[in-house]
Amino acid sequence: MRAQSRTPWSNTVRTGLLGGVAALLLSLVGLIEASAQRAIITGVLSMGHTLLLLIYVWAAQQAVRRLAADGERQPSRLETLTHGALAGLLISAVLAALVLLGQVINLRAVFINASPALFDLLTLKLGTWLGGGVLLVVGVVLGLLVASLSFIPSQFRKPLVLGLAAIPVVSVLASALFAIRGLSLLGALILLVLVAAASYLWDLKKGAVRERMNNLTPTGQRTTRWLRWLLPAVIVLLLPLLGKYPSEVLDNVGLYILMGLGLNIVVGFAGLLDLGYVAFFALGAYTMGVLTSPEIQWAGARLTFWEALPFSVLVATISGILLGIPVLGMRGDYLAIVTLGFGEIIRLVALSDWLKPYIGGSNGITRIPKAVVGPIELATPQTLYYLIILGCLVVAFVTIRVKDSRLGRAWMAVREDEDVAQAMGIDLVRTKLLAFATGAAFSGLSGAIFASKLTSIYPHSFHLLVSINVLCLIIVGGMGSIPGVIVGSLALVGLPELLREFSEYRLMMYGAALVFMMLNRPEGLMPEARRKLELHEAEGGAGE
Amino acid sequence: MALLEVNTIHTYYGAIHALKGISIQVEQGEIVTLIGANGAGKSTTLNTICGILHPHQGSILLDGEPIHGLRPHEIVARGVAQAPEGRRVFGRLNVIENLEMGAFARKDKAGIRRDMERVFTLFPRLKERAKQVAGTLSGGEQQMLAIGRALMASPRLLLLDEPSMGLAPILVEAIFDTIREINAQGTTILLVEQNALMALSVANRGYVLETGNIVLHDSASALQKNEMVRKAYLGEE
Repeated sequence: MRAQSRTPWSNTVRTGLLGGVAALLLSLVGLIEASAQRAIITGVLSMGHTLLLLIYVWAAQQAVRRLAADGERQPSRLETLTHGALAGLLISAVLAALVLLGQVINLRAVFINASPALFDLLTLKLGTWLGGGVLLVVGVVLGLLVASLSFIPSQFRKPLVLGLAAIPVVSVLASALFAIRGLSLLGALILLVLVAAASYLWDLKKGAVRERMNNLTPTGQRTTRWLRWLLPAVIVLLLPLLGKYPSEVLDNVGLYILMGLGLNIVVGFAGLLDLGYVAFFALGAYTMGVLTSPEIQWAGARLTFWEALPFSVLVATISGILLGIPVLGMRGDYLAIVTLGFGEIIRLVALSDWLKPYIGGSNGITRIPKAVVGPIELATPQTLYYLIILGCLVVAFVTIRVKDSRLGRAWMAVREDEDVAQAMGIDLVRTKLLAFATGAAFSGLSGAIFASKLTSIYPHSFHLLVSINVLCLIIVGGMGSIPGVIVGSLALVGLPELLREFSEYRLMMYGAALVFMMLNRPEGLMPEARRKLELHEAEGGAGE
Repeated sequence: MALLEVNTIHTYYGAIHALKGISIQVEQGEIVTLIGANGAGKSTTLNTICGILHPHQGSILLDGEPIHGLRPHEIVARGVAQAPEGRRVFGRLNVIENLEMGAFARKDKAGIRRDMERVFTLFPRLKERAKQVAGTLSGGEQQMLAIGRALMASPRLLLLDEPSMGLAPILVEAIFDTIREINAQGTTILLVEQNALMALSVANRGYVLETGNIVLHDSASALQKNEMVRKAYLGEE
């Protein structure tokens, strides 16, 4: 391994400096200061400090783990503590240097975020010298604390870590969903104890519970299996009770899940890299707009949402096939470039004056009616949520069925080796066009719901970035995996909505997430079994 | 009537004139080999027969019916299957899944099961590795899998592209023994090889290709004795 050529010391120094650079970067782009507004524990810990804390924890933990993994012998406690402390100290040193430098020269000329407020945050408002000193001490103490975690027996360590981690997670969720400003100190402590106790007890009783489950009568086992499905289903159905804003976020997540499942067929199943996927979303949305809005006269039709929906899907599907035909012979990068162009063409055409009389140009189409089910108009995010869930269920069902069908196997063969797939008797043209068409249909469905959700659509809603977002969420979730799409959407669409301080840094976070995923977990968060197998076999060095 | 009749085909790779009027005949039940140096056009000939490439001129007849205008999957459906050069098994799928993929064009479940058994009888090694991911098989096993996969299409004409490539001599022997056996069971074979010695030892007839032209055509035993072939392809002075 690479690491073996380095001594443990140089490893720790490297990790510490790396953490220092990360902390420096987050500080100078303004993320620390921006997120300091949000309290994790009121009056004690802000989110800005939590981010820095995480870097300390990561670096110290990494240093200690490497030390234990690389050495020929078990490192002594003193060594472990020293390495942890060194990593923490180095991070603090980098930050302290920033603070000092900020006193000597005016950094703001270049880094506008190197503000006095940032320095106050870093030095805990104790002034340059005292604060800087405290920063160094805090770094060492944090390093020591993290290092000493490894001395705790694992049956206690896991509950403790989980309990600590629960504090920021619950606090952020709570303050985003309800207008709460951070947990109180007492609340945080209670949470820590509760989570830790629950985790400890679960570990203790896990075996007994499993055994009881296995000893159940067949009927009992069936009931528990049902419960395992029923419980999440009920939770999913009750989510809109959280209120308007969380429902709104979930609606967006749902629309991205729809698109993600569609692109997953094209990219994940059939291996065709499509960067213009937003085009079908746009076509679905515009078809809905044209057919239902009273503003549009020429189409001569004023349909309801449900009447227009099949047309949205149909138009998207047909355009999927039309795009597919010219790119049949293209592979990889070439395909990506052509589809990228296609996506931009659709947006620019929608924006153009040429079609302005028909689809509104830059004014878009407004007054698109909401969907109506019986006596209920799906006007609120809460009611719309159920429509989107229904859409996701239909699309997920189709995806699961198709995956193990003949067509699914043909897609897999084409993804693996186009030439051989042909030689196996797979009709390449039909297989590829069906992938484009199915993907486009799902995207068109998403677009149609999107149009009726916003009641107005504009060309700029259909930017290239939407395609990139969908692709990112598939990669982060795990190519070709259906749960992966859901997790990816929650992580890349839902999470940034909850952390609105981060909105400016959203793309930076995407970039960081992608780099991190590619380095550490290239198969995605919820990988498809086959893909995981392949990547980990490659690591083992087997195969060609 | 010959099973396969290739009549003066010309095939281009972009601007490169790769096949300059090649004619081949394969009779029912034969093993016919195409030998020649790298770049002579051997693989191009096979790919043209398969429909992956299309001839600009000339015709290809299977049982007297033209197939040169058909798309690859239609040609597979008519009973021509290929084990491509470099094996190219589906690395992420296991052995059974690879074999099932070979039977993609077929719908007769009982026949597919029978052919799977046949492949496992021909290559017992594959049966041992049935659940193993193909990418982790050895080179020889992958070649067996590539041939087995082509057999799963239940072809009347089996096209083999360089089955000896990159294999140890002892494995080459084994593979060629199996080729003989497959032929004895009634499958006609068109074999492309750089290893002319091995190819001529199993074939009934052979064609020698040089830069897109057929320069020689004779029975395999005659070719083995031919001065030019001995010098150029059998490595004799």
